[in-house]
Amino acid sequence: MTSFQTAGRASSGATETIIEPRTPMPADAAPLSAPPVDPRLPEVRRTTHGFQQRDVLPLVGALAASLSLTSVGYFFLEPWSGVLGYLVVAYLAFIALYALLVSVDSSVTMVKDRIASVVAHSLAMTMLLALVVVVSFALWQGRSVLGHANFYTEDMSQAGPLAGLEVGGVLHAAVGTLIMISIGLALTIPLGVVCAVFLSETRGAFARFVRTIVEAMTAMPSVVAGLFVYAAIITLQSAVGRGQKSGFAASIALSLMMLPIMIRAADVVLRLVPGNLKEAASALGAPRWRVVWHVVLPTSRSGIMTAIILGTARGIGETSPVLLTAGYTTGFNMNPFSGPMVSLPLLTFSLTKSPEPGFIARGFGAATVLMVIVLLLFLLARVVGGRSPGELTRRQRRARERRSARDLERFDSYLPVADHSEADRT
Amino acid sequence: MTGTGLDERVNVEPAEYRRRLASRPTLGDRAFRGLLRAGGVIVLGIMVMVGLFLLIRALDALRSAGLSFFTTAEWNPDGGKFGIAAVLLGTVLIGLTAIVVALPLALGTALYISEYAPSSLRRTLINLVDLMAAVPSVVYGLWGFFLLQPDLLVVGASGDGLPRWLATYFGWIPLFRVEQNGKPIDPRNPLVSGTIFTSSSFIAGIVVAMMVAPIACSVMREGFSQAPLGEREGAYALGSTKWGMIRAVVLPFGAGGIIGGTMLGLGRALGETIAVFMVISVVFAVQPHILEAGTSSVSSLIALKYGEATPFATSALMAAGLALFVMTLIVNFAASAAIARSRSGAVSDG
Repeated sequence: MTSFQTAGRASSGATETIIEPRTPMPADAAPLSAPPVDPRLPEVRRTTHGFQQRDVLPLVGALAASLSLTSVGYFFLEPWSGVLGYLVVAYLAFIALYALLVSVDSSVTMVKDRIASVVAHSLAMTMLLALVVVVSFALWQGRSVLGHANFYTEDMSQAGPLAGLEVGGVLHAAVGTLIMISIGLALTIPLGVVCAVFLSETRGAFARFVRTIVEAMTAMPSVVAGLFVYAAIITLQSAVGRGQKSGFAASIALSLMMLPIMIRAADVVLRLVPGNLKEAASALGAPRWRVVWHVVLPTSRSGIMTAIILGTARGIGETSPVLLTAGYTTGFNMNPFSGPMVSLPLLTFSLTKSPEPGFIARGFGAATVLMVIVLLLFLLARVVGGRSPGELTRRQRRARERRSARDLERFDSYLPVADHSEADRT
Repeated sequence: MTGTGLDERVNVEPAEYRRRLASRPTLGDRAFRGLLRAGGVIVLGIMVMVGLFLLIRALDALRSAGLSFFTTAEWNPDGGKFGIAAVLLGTVLIGLTAIVVALPLALGTALYISEYAPSSLRRTLINLVDLMAAVPSVVYGLWGFFLLQPDLLVVGASGDGLPRWLATYFGWIPLFRVEQNGKPIDPRNPLVSGTIFTSSSFIAGIVVAMMVAPIACSVMREGFSQAPLGEREGAYALGSTKWGMIRAVVLPFGAGGIIGGTMLGLGRALGETIAVFMVISVVFAVQPHILEAGTSSVSSLIALKYGEATPFATSALMAAGLALFVMTLIVNFAASAAIARSRSGAVSDG
C-alpha cells in the first residue's frame, strides 16, 4: 500500500488524491477456513467446477451408513413392516448423516446448500420414477394379452367372462376412438385455428372478452362437458323423438374439451410471430388476409401443429365424457350417428371394473395400446414442433433456396440484358 | 407521374397540407375479417351456450332445493332431499391432499430441471414431464387401484402402510381419525381389518397428485427459467452458494409460477373424474376423515348417477356440476392472475 501510494503521489504532483480502502483490513487477518499452505510447494490451481472427490465421498458414506442403520433397525431390533416405511426411514437417516458428514469440513451455509441439492435431486428422482412405474405397470400387467394377434384384430362380442385370451380384442375400441377423434378434430381444427387467428390479429374489447371466456372454458371439468352433451341429448329426445347415445355425441363432448385447449395453445404461438415479418408483408402492399395466409400461418405452422397434436392427445385419453355420451358396446359399430360406440379409455375402464382376471388383463392391454398411441402423438408433436416461428429444417431451407433461384431466373427473363455472374447470385 | 399532384399541393399550401392516412380494406380483407369475427362469435356462442344451458337446467333443481342444496349430504333428488355438502367436502379433501403431495414433488422437480440437471439432460427431462402430463387419467387410475393401494399403501389383511401408520400416531388429529359405525377404531388393534383404510380420500388424493404434479411442474419450471442471468451471476459473484442463489434470485422471480402452478394443479385435481372414481367407494355422508374408507366427489357423483336420472335428477346433477365448474373457474382465474402478475412485474434491468 505504501509504495504504491508514494509512487502515485510522486507522479500526480499537485492534484493529490488519497487512496484509502473503504473497508479497513487488518494486516494479519487469517484467511477464512483455508488450511495453511506450505509456501515451498508449487501452487495448484483449484478446480471450481464438476464433481470432486470431497463431494462424492460424503454421499456414498451417508448412503451406506443410512442403509446399514435402517437395516439393523428393521431386521434385528424391531421388525417393522413395509417397504415404504423402510425407504422413508432410510431416506431421513441419509439426510441427517449426510448433513453430519458435510458439517465436518464445511460451514453451515455449505451444509444447507448440499442438503438442498440432495433434496431437489431426490424429489426429481421420485417423480420420474413414478412416471416410469405408472407406464411400465400397465405394460407389465397387459403383457399376457399383447402377444395374441387376435387382440389387435377382433372385438369383444365373442369373449364371454370365462373365454381365454385367444378370443376377443380391442379393435372395435380402437376404431371407435379413431372415429370419435376424427369427427372431433374435423369440428375443432377449423374453428380453433380461425378463433386463434381472430384473437391474435384483432385488438379490442370483443377479442379480450372472447379470450376470457375461452380461458374460463379450459377450467371446465371433462365430466361436466359430458353431462352437458348427455342432457342436451335427453332434451332432444323429448323434443324430436330421437337422439341417443352415440359416437357423434361423444365427439361433440370431446370437441368441447379440446377446443379451448387448442385455441389457447395456438393463440400463444401466433402471438410469437415476429412483428417485423408482418409489417414487411404489409409494407409490400399485401392485404390483411394475404399477410395471415402467406406469413403468419406458415411461420407458426409447427407451433399450430403442436397445439393440435397436444389437444388430440388430451382428447384421446379422456374417459368421462365418453362414458356419459357414447354408451358401451362389445361389438363393432362403424356408424357414429346411431348406436353405442366404445373408445379405448372407456374400454379400459369398463373391463378393469370386472372381477374376471381375463377382462382385467384385456383392460391393461387396451390401456397399453392407448398409451402407445398417445406416445406416438407426443413424439410426432416433438418432431413437428419444437422449432421457434420462422426456423426452418434443412429441407425447407433448400426448398426455399430453389424457389428463390427460380424467382431470380424469372426476373432475369424480364430484363433485356440477362447477365448475372455467380457473385451476383450469392 | 405519381409525384406531381403531391408536389403541386405541397407547393401551394406547404403549411396546411397534411397527408391523410386511411386504409380502405379490400373486398378480400373485409371477407377475411368477417370470417375471423364469425369464428370468434361461434366459439363464444358455443361456450356461452354451454354455460347458460347448465345454469338454466340447474336452476330447476336449485329453486326447489333452495339453500339446503349446500347443506344436505344425502343425494336423493326424486325423494326431494339432495345437496352437495358431502360431495363438495370430499372433492375439496381429495384436491387438498393431492396438492399437499404434489407441491413438494413438483417444486423439487422444477428446481432440479432448471437449476441442477446437466444441460444435456434438460431437454429430455422436460419432454418426460410433459409426456407424464399427457398420460391418460385412466392409466393413473389403474395404477392407483391395482398397484398403489394393494401393494404400497394398504398391504395385506391388516392393511399395513402409510395410512395405518398415520392413523396410529396422528389419530388424535381429527382429520386423521378413522371411525367405524361412528366410533373411533384403535389402529393398534391387529384385529381391525385393513379394508377400513382402502378407497379413502387419502389414496385418491395421492393418485391425483401424480396426475397434477407434472402440470404444476411445467408452470413452475417456466417461472424459474425466467430468473435473469445477471441477477444469478450477481449472487454468485457475492459469494453465494447455489442454494443461496436459488433462495435470493430464482425463488422470488419464480414465486408467481409456484403459486400459479399450484393453483392450476388444484383446479385439475378438483375436476378429475375417472381416476378418483376408480379408487374411491362413494358414500353420501359428510366424512371429514381422509384415511377412512368411503368418500365422494362431485365428479364421481355425476359419473355414478347420470344413468338412472329422471329429468329432475339430471337437473340436480347439473347443479352439482355447475358448483364444481364455478369452483375450478375461481381457482383457474386465480392461477392465471398469479402467473400473469409474475410475468409483468418481475422484469429485471439486466
